Amino acid sequence: MEGYLGSYATLGLLLLAGVLFLAAAFGANRLLRPARPANPPGKTEAYECGLDPVGGDWAQAQIRYYVYAYLFVIFAVEAVFLFPWAVIYADPGFGIAAVVEMGIFVGVLALGILYAWRRRVLRWT
Amino acid sequence: MTTDFQLPAIDYQAISPLLILFGVACLGVLVEAFVPRPARRRVQLGMALVGVLAALGAVVLLAGTNVVTAGGSVTVDGPALFMQGALLAFGVVALLLIGERRVEPGGAFVAQPAITVGSEADQRQASAPGATEVFPLAMFSLGGMALFIAASDLLTMFIALELLSLPLYLMCALARRHRLISQEAAVKYFLLGAYASGFFLFGVVLAYGYAGSVDLAAIHAAVDTSQMNPALLYAALALIVMGLLFKTAAAPFHVWAPDVYQGAPTPITAFMAACTKVAAFGALLRVTYVAFERLAWDWLPVIGVIAVLTMLVGAVLAVTQTDLKRLLAYSSIANAGFVLVGVLAVGRTGASSAMFYLVAYGFAVLGAFAVISLVRDREGETTHLSRWAGLGRRSPLVAGVFTVVMLALAGIPLTGGFTAKFAVFSAALEVGEGWLVIAGVVSSVIIAFPYLRVVVMMWLSEPSESTATMVAPGLLTGTALGIGALAVVGLGVVPGPVLDLAHDAALFLR
Repeated sequence: MEGYLGSYATLGLLLLAGVLFLAAAFGANRLLRPARPANPPGKTEAYECGLDPVGGDWAQAQIRYYVYAYLFVIFAVEAVFLFPWAVIYADPGFGIAAVVEMGIFVGVLALGILYAWRRRVLRWT
Repeated sequence: MTTDFQLPAIDYQAISPLLILFGVACLGVLVEAFVPRPARRRVQLGMALVGVLAALGAVVLLAGTNVVTAGGSVTVDGPALFMQGALLAFGVVALLLIGERRVEPGGAFVAQPAITVGSEADQRQASAPGATEVFPLAMFSLGGMALFIAASDLLTMFIALELLSLPLYLMCALARRHRLISQEAAVKYFLLGAYASGFFLFGVVLAYGYAGSVDLAAIHAAVDTSQMNPALLYAALALIVMGLLFKTAAAPFHVWAPDVYQGAPTPITAFMAACTKVAAFGALLRVTYVAFERLAWDWLPVIGVIAVLTMLVGAVLAVTQTDLKRLLAYSSIANAGFVLVGVLAVGRTGASSAMFYLVAYGFAVLGAFAVISLVRDREGETTHLSRWAGLGRRSPLVAGVFTVVMLALAGIPLTGGFTAKFAVFSAALEVGEGWLVIAGVVSSVIIAFPYLRVVVMMWLSEPSESTATMVAPGLLTGTALGIGALAVVGLGVVPGPVLDLAHDAALFLR
């Protein structure tokens, strides 16, 4: 456990254990399972807790959830920069310039909210 | 914490083109929100055109400026201004194509690209007038490109890269016809572009680890003085260059280009082909010439092999294409190789020849896509080669413009393409890179074949039932076509002024 690479020994052991576990699991699976090389009906269908599978296996995410992502990004980005700013903007050397700059930044983000509002994204339908 | 805080000095005049572009883009969002729908397109188009022209004017006024400003994150120097000027000139032409509504009722774009293709809502929007969000998106993208060229630290460059890419991904999905391949193009471009951005970012991190700074000049200084393992530096260089070569569509990072060029709406393809190329090569020139110049002997052979591969792959695969948009995509790959030859002739001549090539190529490709947007049948644009047979007899004027553009791309004398190829090859010969020139000439000969085949088909075949019709160009597309054709011929007959301008501008400020 010495030298430059010594600290990586634990990681190496973990990787080794992972590989061994995977190999053992798949090996046991192979040994225990019955071999049926033929292709009886239903063999390749999706398994759904013993029930017959319902519907197709392709599902589409609702695109309107982009609204949440959109609003989240606007507010998250604002918060990420507002908090550190709020801690230091009163310190010497910052002064009015810092306030104006944050005003511009929030203003640009507010454009996004304005756009969402006018596009009636904020109303639940 | 009472460390004295110093505001970074900002030379507002030097960054005025960027401020105008971003300002107009933000205003565009407000227009979307508050201007009534029928007036929106006119307001947006007018505002975007005025904004780009104003930014172009600001660039012209700045000629000769050499400053590093905004806390060392933006460099305004000769190459930055020259390429910003080229970018904005292409931007005007591309905006004219984007704003066209005479050719396709409602414009070339739909309002909601994410709707499932073929669903009822999708069929409804096929005949509804298109959205105008494409204008602010294009402006944001243009602003990002202008910043990308002028960025003097890797972090600013990364932000500019995202700023120019994200709107492009969106705009690719907006095509009114052939919705499915348009969505496919957007998804492919987004996924591969995200990978490329990831590579770039990894490279930035490694460069920071080596030099202790992301500033290009600081990296240049650290190449000689840093005590770190040089492997870090080489890995950083490789990853950053890979990210940039992806945007330029150089082989082996070119596989996205044909699908994206084919699927995207034609005005957006034109915008991508002309403007993204300028932006990506601007950044590549700056990174290789400013930050990694001392390693030139190490990266020359590697990027040289990439350049040869790019030219040959683009040229050979262009021969096999039957779709015009794909043909132009492979041609854009081959042309990226030719520009790389200029980049590899490290020095003032190399940089100026690459910049001149970008100008000549950009105008030619804008003209070519303008013509493609006019050749249609009931289903929209017909880009299959066989449908173009005999077009010359039906509409000689537009077919004539297309012929000029194709000849320019093939590099026939008296067109901009010839001057540009001559410039990059002679620059490469000057520094003794003969092998690049041999590969370049061979691939120019190969790629001349598909261009000339289109010309021959247009003029020497009889028009038949399957020949597509040429829609009369409206004012906007007509102007774009005229600018493209004039520039192509002008750069071939009197290339002197632009060549001199490029030569005067081709000194990077470190």
